[in-house]
Amino acid sequence: MCMLSTKATCNSHGQDSSYFLGWQEYEKNPFHEVSNTNGIIQMGLAENQLCFDILKSWLAKNPDAAGFQRNGESIFGELALFQDYHGIPEFKKALAEFMSEIRGNKVSFDPTHLVLTAGATSANETLMFCLAEPGEAFLLPTPYYPGFDRDLKWRTGVEIVPIHCTSSNGFQVTETALTEAYQEAQKRNLRVKGVLVTNPSNPLGTTMTRNELNMLVNFVEDKGIHLVSDEIYSGTAFSTPSFVSVMEILKERKCVDDNGCSELWNRIHVVYSLSKDLGLPGFRVGAIYSNDDRVVSAATKMSSFGLISSQTQYLLAAMLSDKKLTKNYISENHKRLRQRQKKLVSGLQKAGISCLKGNAGLFCWVDMRHLLRSNTFEAEMELWKKIVYEVRLNISPGSSCHCTEPGWFRVCFANMSEDTLDLALQRLKAFVTEYYNIPEVNGHHQTIRLNHSRRRSLTKWVFRLSFDDRSPIPGR
Amino acid sequence: MGFTLSNQQQLLSKIATGTGHGENTPYFDGWKAFDSDPYHPTTNPQGVIQMGLAENQLSFDLIQEWVLKNPEASICTAQGAKEFKDIAIFQDYHGLPEFRKAVANFMGKVRGNRVTFNPDRIVMSGGATGAHEMVAFCLADPGEAFLVPVPYYPGFDRDLRWRTGVQLLPVACESSNNFKITRAALEDAYEKAQKANIRVKGLLITNPSNPLGTILDRETLKSLVTFINEKNIHLVCDEIYAATVFTQPRFISIAEILEEEDVVCNRDLVHIVYSLSKDMGFPGFRVGIVYSYNDAVVNCARKMSSFGLVSTQTQRLIASMLSDNEFVDRFIVESAKRLEERHTKFTEGLEEQGTTCLKSNGGLFVWMDLHKHLKEQTFEAEMALWRTIINEVKLNVSPGVSFHCPQPGWFRVCFVNMDDQTMEVALERIRHFVLQDKEAAVVAMKKKKNCWQSKKLSLSFNHRRFDEVNMSPHSPIPQSPLVRAT
Repeated sequence: MCMLSTKATCNSHGQDSSYFLGWQEYEKNPFHEVSNTNGIIQMGLAENQLCFDILKSWLAKNPDAAGFQRNGESIFGELALFQDYHGIPEFKKALAEFMSEIRGNKVSFDPTHLVLTAGATSANETLMFCLAEPGEAFLLPTPYYPGFDRDLKWRTGVEIVPIHCTSSNGFQVTETALTEAYQEAQKRNLRVKGVLVTNPSNPLGTTMTRNELNMLVNFVEDKGIHLVSDEIYSGTAFSTPSFVSVMEILKERKCVDDNGCSELWNRIHVVYSLSKDLGLPGFRVGAIYSNDDRVVSAATKMSSFGLISSQTQYLLAAMLSDKKLTKNYISENHKRLRQRQKKLVSGLQKAGISCLKGNAGLFCWVDMRHLLRSNTFEAEMELWKKIVYEVRLNISPGSSCHCTEPGWFRVCFANMSEDTLDLALQRLKAFVTEYYNIPEVNGHHQTIRLNHSRRRSLTKWVFRLSFDDRSPIPGR
Repeated sequence: MGFTLSNQQQLLSKIATGTGHGENTPYFDGWKAFDSDPYHPTTNPQGVIQMGLAENQLSFDLIQEWVLKNPEASICTAQGAKEFKDIAIFQDYHGLPEFRKAVANFMGKVRGNRVTFNPDRIVMSGGATGAHEMVAFCLADPGEAFLVPVPYYPGFDRDLRWRTGVQLLPVACESSNNFKITRAALEDAYEKAQKANIRVKGLLITNPSNPLGTILDRETLKSLVTFINEKNIHLVCDEIYAATVFTQPRFISIAEILEEEDVVCNRDLVHIVYSLSKDMGFPGFRVGIVYSYNDAVVNCARKMSSFGLVSTQTQRLIASMLSDNEFVDRFIVESAKRLEERHTKFTEGLEEQGTTCLKSNGGLFVWMDLHKHLKEQTFEAEMALWRTIINEVKLNVSPGVSFHCPQPGWFRVCFVNMDDQTMEVALERIRHFVLQDKEAAVVAMKKKKNCWQSKKLSLSFNHRRFDEVNMSPHSPIPQSPLVRAT
């Protein structure tokens, strides 16, 4: 083989991680409601499939957007030629307004500060190219979305230093953890350029508290570094506490005008996308919002490498400009997500499994620590393999999200029908019953060895949870 | 907490604050002039006509007709809506299988079905812009280099270098032999790199050429293949103008060369960049393709394509359109026919005025020779002429210096991005300018004769200008340091 670049031959694209291996197994044997009922159910993909009927009914009523027409006249040529990286103005305006609406109109977004990119994948990478040199670092709270290892680091050469969060306080970011991460970076001789958070969090399914956000803003202000807030799940915050955007925090600090914190204002950037809120990952619609003109300018030029198809911009401009649609969609989306999450949580409970109390996202952060043979990541992998191959559910192990505690799994609930979710929960319950509730171990179901006392207390605990309608372990 | 200016600068990356985006070059300046005063036949007939944008606007009616007849190709119509959900959630970076199959099919047809393309080697990217950057990331490390024959598309400076840290080193091509890529020039460029301790990873060619509008002949292509195999470097062929070749000699793709019996080539070294922006006229849809014969590159590029996938809405439309063989066959023929008609009209119109262009049979532009109109054979004079053309003649054309052309006086002039009427207006403006310039030159000549006789000006200065005005159009340019490409 002849010489390729280092980037091509290394593996920092991150695709050898278990997150992606589970997908591969799923691809080999995918569940289908009719043709492959024994297949693997995909619960590792954070998709939102709950509200397509709303979009389709809008499309049926709005033929113009569908047929490349404006007021009945064909604009195909105009669209096909439109490659201005500033984007279609109507689209940016509609997107900015949609972002505002999701935040209860508590903040507004200036379309001229919005940069369109081919998905949040591209937005995050582009921001790294703009904010950091190769070898510099961003701090990220763990657990975090596995794709960040590729998106933030691969081609940019930027490093990620984790901010360790634990279940002791529901994985919230603490000042201690932040400071420790910063010091760790310094020990490794890495210049820290910023902090990147996902809010609402993937994989936790929770929104950040005001305290956390203020603490983060104070931290970046003190250190003179950037804060990137990936808010792609902002429209999926379906129950209290309500979602608070970092832009709201800034507004509360009155950082809009030039009164001393405008430099801070320039160092806060938001990433958005329509992949989760609207369930349109295939359309590749991402955006960077920055208050810094230079970042907007540089990122806009970089967006040449991944612009949004004008065909898609046009359709979505029409859709998002329809305020009746957006209002209805946002509230209906919340309602359906809330119902679906409840179903998953209660189904897990019946299997003796609890989750971090979540109020957002398309997944639950599930606590299976009690099912581990030992408190190790090897045991987590063992359990995960069993769940993928035997229970035939593809869920994401916490280690792939860089969680510091073994035993946590991300389980998605919005990318399947209700019936499929029921089936998945049945399978899980059967698995737990089979492996953990049988008092005598006589060699038949011997894949997990537990020491005698632990097994007994485990069994008791599992039985108790099965028959109690106790709420999940409180996290927030 | 107060920050000094230098602290502020350091908060952003060098890539963000530097000029690697390449947008401060004259190529883009002309666009700015156009943006502030754009021509319109009725509302702004004195405005600047855009001739700096290589767009193909001649065949939209054919496509529009197809779109209307095929509503199921759009996932948003009543006929296509049943697929809306499946398409909207599909984010697999392999792309829709039917999309890859249709693109492979189209690429084969554009090459007269003389070669076939394997859909599994097709990787998506954010336009050809994204494709080039992706290929550079796959093949080269920061500091390593690609050789590129001049003149070349200005965007390469950004696409291949900006975020990748890769260098571009020119391969000298001269107007005296119609900018042919010679073995000697290739060797020369390669050696220069060796001496400067720069590792060359590949050779990038654009065929058909932007800005020349010409195609590479079989002999040249074979010599390029020999060269890269000897040096064990990659060959990246940008073939985005493949379907714009409208007359003989026909376009020969690198894919065809690889199939020839007497050609010995390590296929792992060959990669094609393609796009629908020029051949179909769809720059807005961002359909870029990397086709590599190297499995590892396909693999790596596919992962990188996550940063610039084609919208599945668009994939679906393209898959439908390009699978319609009857339509594709008709489109390719009709599009070439219209390009030929337009090209003939335009070049004949130019010849009538005595304006010559490099003889070409493809592309969406001509490579116009205006060196006769330069006050002196320097790039400063070229810039001055260019400013005149924009501000007075009111045409946005692209000066050769922005394409790294080694000799001043060449301009790329696009003529397919407008209707017939606008083209006529442009021709008229050029005619007017050429006439005026001829008269002015005659007046200047007369004045010079008088000055010469009055002995008031320094002799050496006048002497040189006199010589230049009398030079034949194709003799070598006097050796100003600006003439050599760096």
